[in-house]
Amino acid sequence: MEDLSQFPLELDGADRPMVSFRKVTKRYGSLTVLDNLDLDVAEGEMVSIIGPSGSGKTTVLRMLMLERIQGGVIYVDGQPLTHEVRDGALVPASERYLRRAREPIGMCFQHFNLFPHMTALQNCMEGPVQVLGLSRQEARARSEELLDMVGLIDKKDQHPSRLSGGQQQRVAIARALAMRPKVMLLDEVTSALDPEVIGEVTEVIRKLVREHRLTIMMVTHQMGFAADISDRVCFFYGGRIEEQGPPSELFGNPQKDRTRQFLSAVKSAD
Amino acid sequence: MSYWEFLAEHGGRFLDGTLITAGQFFLSAALAIAIALVAGLMKLSDNALIRTPAVVYIEIFRGTSLLVQLYWIFFVLPLFGITLEKFTAGFVAVGMNLGAYGAELVRGGIQSVPKGQWEAAYALSMSPARRMWRIILPQALVNMLPPWGNLLIELLKGTALVSLISVADLMFEAKQINGSTFLSAQAFGTALIIYYIFARLIVTPFMRWLETVMARKIGKA
Ligand SMILES: Nc1ncnc2c1ncn2[C@@H]1O[C@H](COP(=O)(O)OP(=O)(O)OP(=O)(O)O)[C@@H](O)[C@H]1O
Ligand SMILES: [Mg+2]
Repeated sequence: MEDLSQFPLELDGADRPMVSFRKVTKRYGSLTVLDNLDLDVAEGEMVSIIGPSGSGKTTVLRMLMLERIQGGVIYVDGQPLTHEVRDGALVPASERYLRRAREPIGMCFQHFNLFPHMTALQNCMEGPVQVLGLSRQEARARSEELLDMVGLIDKKDQHPSRLSGGQQQRVAIARALAMRPKVMLLDEVTSALDPEVIGEVTEVIRKLVREHRLTIMMVTHQMGFAADISDRVCFFYGGRIEEQGPPSELFGNPQKDRTRQFLSAVKSAD
Repeated sequence: MSYWEFLAEHGGRFLDGTLITAGQFFLSAALAIAIALVAGLMKLSDNALIRTPAVVYIEIFRGTSLLVQLYWIFFVLPLFGITLEKFTAGFVAVGMNLGAYGAELVRGGIQSVPKGQWEAAYALSMSPARRMWRIILPQALVNMLPPWGNLLIELLKGTALVSLISVADLMFEAKQINGSTFLSAQAFGTALIIYYIFARLIVTPFMRWLETVMARKIGKA
């Protein structure tokens, strides 16, 4: 059994990170995908995660939103996410606690995952009405504002099947934002898109970074984009952070061989 | 006697029988849908205490004959103190039998909804019940409508068995008319035609219409 008493019950202090992974281990059966991961993300920080296929990038995001971990503790906004405090000690979180703790997190997926039986507007209103308990008017106002922000207010009554991939992904971003998250997780949100519509999605993400004080963790294969908008870039290799730093340093002057190899392989593929 | 004279004389009884058959059909369909939904959802549960009763139910009702089930419900249950009126026993048996098949359709329909839909609903912090009801079931419904169309036709055919416990349905009336007139071709021919019309001109077109409406709702048409 893991000794959970080594982990604090909560993180406090003004400079506490928005997201904190402490010695986090994730296994699928006998395969250890992430081993003893430590990673802090500050409030308002934009962190990009890059690395070869299978290095655990998606897994990092999924542990925050969708999956349980086998070791360590994750904190969000100072509170434990994967564990809850009972009788003054950390214990693995119940399903209900976990869902609650994940409320301040929003996620966008590679394949959008919009609800096909709802229009763009209904997709955005679903969470605010069903989960946050907003009135339909409030939810509608909020959703229309966000659809306007992503440039799709004229498509609000369309079903996803009538929208292009780029448009669907922008609706998905608006849907996640409608929950007013503090943390946004973006998993290769442009990878399933035709090259000519990638720009419309990256433009929305730029706007998010500029205009909202949102903490963002973004997995991406677009090195140029990551270099452009990130505060920090983490290079994953084999389930560990091999190297991290501001984009100028990681891309401009990588220290590790594997980082250099990966970056030159990506560059020659472009 | 021409067929028209035959119809003029026995048309009333065919009509009565058809109305009873229609009643059996709608009531057993409603019961089958309700059972299918509950048993289908139960079978998907992670909890063995919830899943096992559904598995046993589905196995028993799919693994044995509808006629035997009908006789059980009508003749054997009274020995255990549960006496059902024959009309009720009829649609309960048919509904329970086809509900077991329907449960498999519900289970399959739910499982055919992509995992990403569950994850997207979860990412909005929706409770398990809301995820199922608002996100998964509507999509599952669209996927399972075509097989449900077939199942309802099977159900209609199944209702003919209730004549064997003397429910005065279409089949029962046809047999009675045959017994008194010995005009077998006319009596059973008329029943055949009415069953066919019911299936192909009412049930099937209605299901097609429902499929179109649902497809439009989901933005596919
Ligand atoms: N549900 C699962 N069951 C078993 N193994 C899994 C599962 N999900 C991921 N893995 C494994 O975990 C490892 C990391 O996967 P992950 O999806 O995090 O990689 P990634 O860095 O996002 O890769 P990509 O760039 O291809 O998306 C891989 O070896 C993968 O095969
Ligand atoms: Mg991935």
